[in-house]
Amino acid sequence: MKQRILAAAMAAVMMGAALTGCGNKPAESGSSSAAANTDASEIVIGGLAPLTGNASIYGIAVNNAIQLAVEQINQGEGVLGKKIKYISYDTKNDATEAVNAYNKLVQNDKIVALVGDVTSTPTLAVAPEAVKSGIPMISATATAEDVTAAGPNVFRACFTDPFQGDLMANYASKKLNAKTAAIIYNMADDYSVGLAETFEKTAKDLGLEIVAKESYTTNDVDFKSQLTKIAAKSPDVFFVPVYYQDVALIATQARQLGIKSTLLGGDGWDGVIEQIGKDNASAVEGSLFCSQYSAESTDPALQKFLEDYKAKYNTDANMFAVLGYDALHILVQAIEEAGSTDSKAVVEKLTAIKYSGLTGEITYDENRNPIKQAAITQIKGGAYKFLEYYSK
Amino acid sequence: MGFISQVINGLGLGSIYALVALGYSMVYGIVQLINFAHGDIIMVGAYAMFLLLTVAGAPLWAAVLGSILFCVVAGVFIERVAYRRLINMKAPRISLLITAIGVSIFLQNLSQLLFTSSGKTIPSMFDLGTLEAGSLQVPSGSIINILTSVAMMVGLSFLVNKTKIGKAMRATSEDAAAARLMGINTNHSIAFTFGLGSGLAAVGAVLYCNTYPMITPYMGGLLGLKAFVAAVLGGIGSIPGAMLGGYVLGVAESLTKGYISSSFTDAVVFGILILVLLIRPAGLLGRNVSEKV
Repeated sequence: MKQRILAAAMAAVMMGAALTGCGNKPAESGSSSAAANTDASEIVIGGLAPLTGNASIYGIAVNNAIQLAVEQINQGEGVLGKKIKYISYDTKNDATEAVNAYNKLVQNDKIVALVGDVTSTPTLAVAPEAVKSGIPMISATATAEDVTAAGPNVFRACFTDPFQGDLMANYASKKLNAKTAAIIYNMADDYSVGLAETFEKTAKDLGLEIVAKESYTTNDVDFKSQLTKIAAKSPDVFFVPVYYQDVALIATQARQLGIKSTLLGGDGWDGVIEQIGKDNASAVEGSLFCSQYSAESTDPALQKFLEDYKAKYNTDANMFAVLGYDALHILVQAIEEAGSTDSKAVVEKLTAIKYSGLTGEITYDENRNPIKQAAITQIKGGAYKFLEYYSK
Repeated sequence: MGFISQVINGLGLGSIYALVALGYSMVYGIVQLINFAHGDIIMVGAYAMFLLLTVAGAPLWAAVLGSILFCVVAGVFIERVAYRRLINMKAPRISLLITAIGVSIFLQNLSQLLFTSSGKTIPSMFDLGTLEAGSLQVPSGSIINILTSVAMMVGLSFLVNKTKIGKAMRATSEDAAAARLMGINTNHSIAFTFGLGSGLAAVGAVLYCNTYPMITPYMGGLLGLKAFVAAVLGGIGSIPGAMLGGYVLGVAESLTKGYISSSFTDAVVFGILILVLLIRPAGLLGRNVSEKV
């Protein structure tokens, strides 16, 4: 709290200085209605993140990473020769809080662009507001499909959940040369259903035959009946788009029933080795899954970020932090390319952006969802091994 | 071949239902209590296995025995603390039922506090790999489950029908007041029934850990419910009925998943339950005469 008061006081002092500055020389932008924050030397970017509450672990990571990125940019050349001023508010993972905070950012702080929110629910609430005002908005990690459907100025840095199904079908068909595939998914879970559906659809388009598609519901522990059917078809690959606890049970039973297919999964697989235990680890040996990034990638930019983050915050950066960093940099690159902070120009540049960052190369599709690479991780010798970045 | 595999899968799963169903059935037979905490005894047994195997590093036989003993003690203790006074005071059945639900919630939350809600992995136990017969591939776990449950069933029948304590149990279940007049300590036979039921649940827990090597504080919920359905399907209060109900339920689940659709499993299984109860309200092997066995 003290810091915020201090920051506000400093902002007030700087504002005063800027206003007197404006009086002495003609305003560059040509607009004489010098509103509170249209400081010629600063670009004000707003942030929304749950800094307290049940999603704070994600929000703090994203917010920390953005602050780190802003600091680094300001120490360097800045953006368009100006410094970035990043103002963020706590949204407590709540839709109402998020909209209120957004209004404050737009009306009081006069932001030119928004990075946020972190989780899907508040992001969905803020997106229509941002569409009304037209300012560019980019969420680092909101994965719900509808987020970017709000309007032409809403973007995100992460890929959506169903995208993973699409990607893994491509990987199976093109990289692994699989001809047949089986799927098992949890029909009571949106994440799992989404991945299974897109995998099936893409597989059909690519001529990868789905020989079996089986389902189960949350809390099921016995999959032998479904797996017996799948074993009879002996598919080349077996797509298991579920969370790691279920993966552990499914993989173990699949091997007992003689399924020898390569297992494939999405980012829900992270943690499966720890879950499955030493005795059954061989069940997932050779399996492949995709995720937003891999900390084991040797990409120097990523490794430098991970080090800097650790040095500044004394904790390891997670996926949310990495995507937060990318979200800010995507926005900054668009502002640089637009040559101004005019909303329309920045949105135009965002739509056509070619960005290369910590989570790979990003362009946007017609729905403003990133077309990007995913990190493919292989389980080898009972450990996660980063294999490659893959894009379809 | 596929059909045989599916039946074996179903019997393997049904064996665990059957062992838990026995506990429901015996307790219901003797005190007309639907002991909803019984499913959670499986969870208690599974965590006892987990602690003995991974934390204490006990050998397998000691862990199995220890877990069964622990459950027997837990079952008797729960009966003593939560139910005995209600039973002896002739409290309405609904009070007993609510107490049982309370015990169930208590056990789940206690284990969540002690072990957190994330699943724990059980090291592999009786791993004989996969048995192969021609093109038939059967996980050894399913066969172990079936053999163990049949052995338990035979042992239990002997105990109930041929021993003195078994006679006391049957007498208490026929008419507790008359049994007391005949010099039977009904409190003892009730406690024994709880202990025996919990011991069988612990055997179920051992089989569960061997077949599905992951346990959570809430694993007893759905499992208990399915076992209860098995007990009702077979005729609650009847020991062979509970076994039969367990097998029927397991095979029905397996065949539905195998030949109809995995999405309809529960609908078909519970449909069968409704149908059986419409035709035979007392269950497959239940006696229609009175509510006591």
